[in-house]
Amino acid sequence: MEILQILLSESFWNATLRIATPLIFGVLGALLCEKAGVLNLGIEGIFVAGAMAGWMAVWLGFGLWGGLLVAAGVGGFFGLIHAILTVPLGLSQHVSGLGITMFATSVSYFTYRTALPQVSSPPRIEPFRPLDIPILSDLPFIGPVLFQQTAMTWLALFMVALVWWVLNRTPLGLAIRAVGDNPDAADAQGLSVYGLRFGAIITGSALMALGGAFLTMSAFDSFFFGMVNGRGWICIALVIFASWRPGKALIGALLFGAFEAFQVRLQTQVGAVVPGQIFLMAPYVLSIFALVIVARRAEYPRALLKPWFKGQR
Amino acid sequence: MPEPVILTLSNLSKRFGSVVANDAVSIDLHRGEVLSLLGENGAGKTTLMNMLFGHYVPDSGSIEVADISGKMQPLTLGHPQAALEAGIGMVHQHFTLAENLTALDNILLGSESLFSWRHNRKAARKKVSQIIERTGLAAPLDERVGNLSVGERQRVEILKALFHDARILVLDEPTAVLTPQEADTLFENIGAMTKDGLSVIFISHKLREVLAFSHRIAVLRHGKKVGEIATADADERVIARMMVGADTPTTPRDTQKPGAPVLELNNITVKGKNMRTSLRAVNLTVHAHEVVGIAGVSGNGQSALAQLVSGLISPDGGEMQVDGQRISKFTPPAMLNAGIGRIPEDRHHDGVIGAMSVAENLIIERLQDPAIRKRGFLQQKYIQDNAKQLCKDYDVRGPGIDADARLLSGGNIQKLILARVFECAPRLILANQPTRGLDLGAANEVARRLLEARIRGAGILLISEDLDEVLALSDRIMVIHDGHLVKANTNDREAIGLMMAGEQV
Repeated sequence: MEILQILLSESFWNATLRIATPLIFGVLGALLCEKAGVLNLGIEGIFVAGAMAGWMAVWLGFGLWGGLLVAAGVGGFFGLIHAILTVPLGLSQHVSGLGITMFATSVSYFTYRTALPQVSSPPRIEPFRPLDIPILSDLPFIGPVLFQQTAMTWLALFMVALVWWVLNRTPLGLAIRAVGDNPDAADAQGLSVYGLRFGAIITGSALMALGGAFLTMSAFDSFFFGMVNGRGWICIALVIFASWRPGKALIGALLFGAFEAFQVRLQTQVGAVVPGQIFLMAPYVLSIFALVIVARRAEYPRALLKPWFKGQR
Repeated sequence: MPEPVILTLSNLSKRFGSVVANDAVSIDLHRGEVLSLLGENGAGKTTLMNMLFGHYVPDSGSIEVADISGKMQPLTLGHPQAALEAGIGMVHQHFTLAENLTALDNILLGSESLFSWRHNRKAARKKVSQIIERTGLAAPLDERVGNLSVGERQRVEILKALFHDARILVLDEPTAVLTPQEADTLFENIGAMTKDGLSVIFISHKLREVLAFSHRIAVLRHGKKVGEIATADADERVIARMMVGADTPTTPRDTQKPGAPVLELNNITVKGKNMRTSLRAVNLTVHAHEVVGIAGVSGNGQSALAQLVSGLISPDGGEMQVDGQRISKFTPPAMLNAGIGRIPEDRHHDGVIGAMSVAENLIIERLQDPAIRKRGFLQQKYIQDNAKQLCKDYDVRGPGIDADARLLSGGNIQKLILARVFECAPRLILANQPTRGLDLGAANEVARRLLEARIRGAGILLISEDLDEVLALSDRIMVIHDGHLVKANTNDREAIGLMMAGEQV
């Protein structure tokens, strides 16, 4: 009965979409990198860097949209490092990615501490506010769920459509998919394998950073240590869950958001009986089960993880 | 030649380290002509074409291509894009197709400006359909390439080149992966294309097809062009002599008295999932000093027989003896210890470990040998000396004994495997398709080595889909059909052919 009440509440569905938003950015970013054949485990650190950079830019007076641009730029910068290490140098994508995560995380914390050495509680910014759209926002149920979200949620949904269109409907997307499947095929048609991979990794990393920026600029209004809390890793799993398809990636992110929103609410209802840690664990356990079921049929980009060097075949 | 020249290669040279892959090669190509580029494995055919296509930069020499108006223009070397724009299309031996994309997407790839907002799929589909209509190169355009047959994939590759307006098409050993029927279709398609004014460079080492449908033949040997001849003036002997530099030796055969049985299969049954992997109550004896040839159409139980003798599967019934000893454990080491040497069907995949060196691959079946392993350590000096000696004895050529085995050509990988097998002086040699895909010289070398082992006293079980090979090498012939093994009492091609089709003779 209580469960049904939760599932029917407006606040549950609103929270689902809100929680899913950073994941949508992250999973699209990871998907773009992997479609071009490069795994980007720097995602967790790029989330932190994006959260930190966006928030600090706003605090320094760049404005909210300026903050997003700064966050994307910082993400793109870490993507560039990952691309240099994994594409022309052909180093292990796992090692490079984990290195980027540690590097980006540390640099973010370091910058934070250097900029604000004495502060015990971080300064707050004025974050994105839920958009109030006349008429639509007042619709019963749908209004609060869909039309009382911030601009970033809308941006995330738009990005799903954009990434899908680019990958499936444009020559650029075809070239990216070819590079991730058989770089020799792209090379034989005179396409630049390095160029395409650099572009995909940098763009993908910028998207990841936007996911991080959502946390400090929309969900909360400040930066904390440990606030990313594994969301990047969840995105890596969601890409596989989505079989590298943007549409399914959206569904996966929403599913995870729903688990999360559900557990928070269930906790308040029956939290006295069951230890809270069980609820915290639930989304991750359910994600693993979902992966087991879906991922066995997943169709990997065939060149994923394989370095490619010009002139070697 | 009434038709004008549209491509000139002048004095192209290319070295890889100390290996001279091409030495001042010059070739002309005319409009609407099929030029065959013949040569043994490692003669430099593929290197030459990779320079034409911009994959390699030549050390010296130049290339000129006619533009649309027929005027010769120098080609920028080392840029595939430049070659594409000049109208050169290449179909590699290993296809460059993305398997997760559809055939049409593969053809479209790279044909449009990258940053346009959408594909013009409709116009592309129309153009491809017109090409298909003109040339007969049929392929399902909306199917994922991963689901296509090898022949269809090859047609997609050719369509891709024609879609990019290729006027010169390079086909690198196009028939190596095709069934005879698919190859015939390909030749018909090429015929239709040349009538359109397309010129084709056709790389091959199969004399029969080269003679059948090219206009001119250029022969490469050790990186040099050693001859050029109009096909009308050529026959197999002339070309073979050009390719190997001498008359090919016919494999010498003397009669040998069969010795004691080295392999006996009694009523062996293997219940596989399908015909390909099943054997039904098979009886077979191979004696010392004897070659027993297994003829048959591919997929009639040959692989089950080979896997059984290699120790990869165990029988569901029956008994196997090697040298009079009953085999109880069907594992690869047990077979090695029993004295069976194996030349596997897929030499790249099952024969060598590509990422290990030539020297390591040569000792990989002998790791228990005290000469190689002392107190748990590999004896590097022995391994190096052993490799140097074997590479010399068996003429294994390549970048050196410490180079990865995957860098060797197919013929040299096979020689490496022969060296490894014969050095263990096996009682029985399982030779599964030992010359498939090899050029004339390498194939003769394999045959010679097998017959040598026969004189030494080994028994040889030869499995081959090439009936000529079975007839040439075998003392006795058995025919395999649908998992049954039947003795052929004749050397008559027709009769054996009927048996291969399952008829009682």
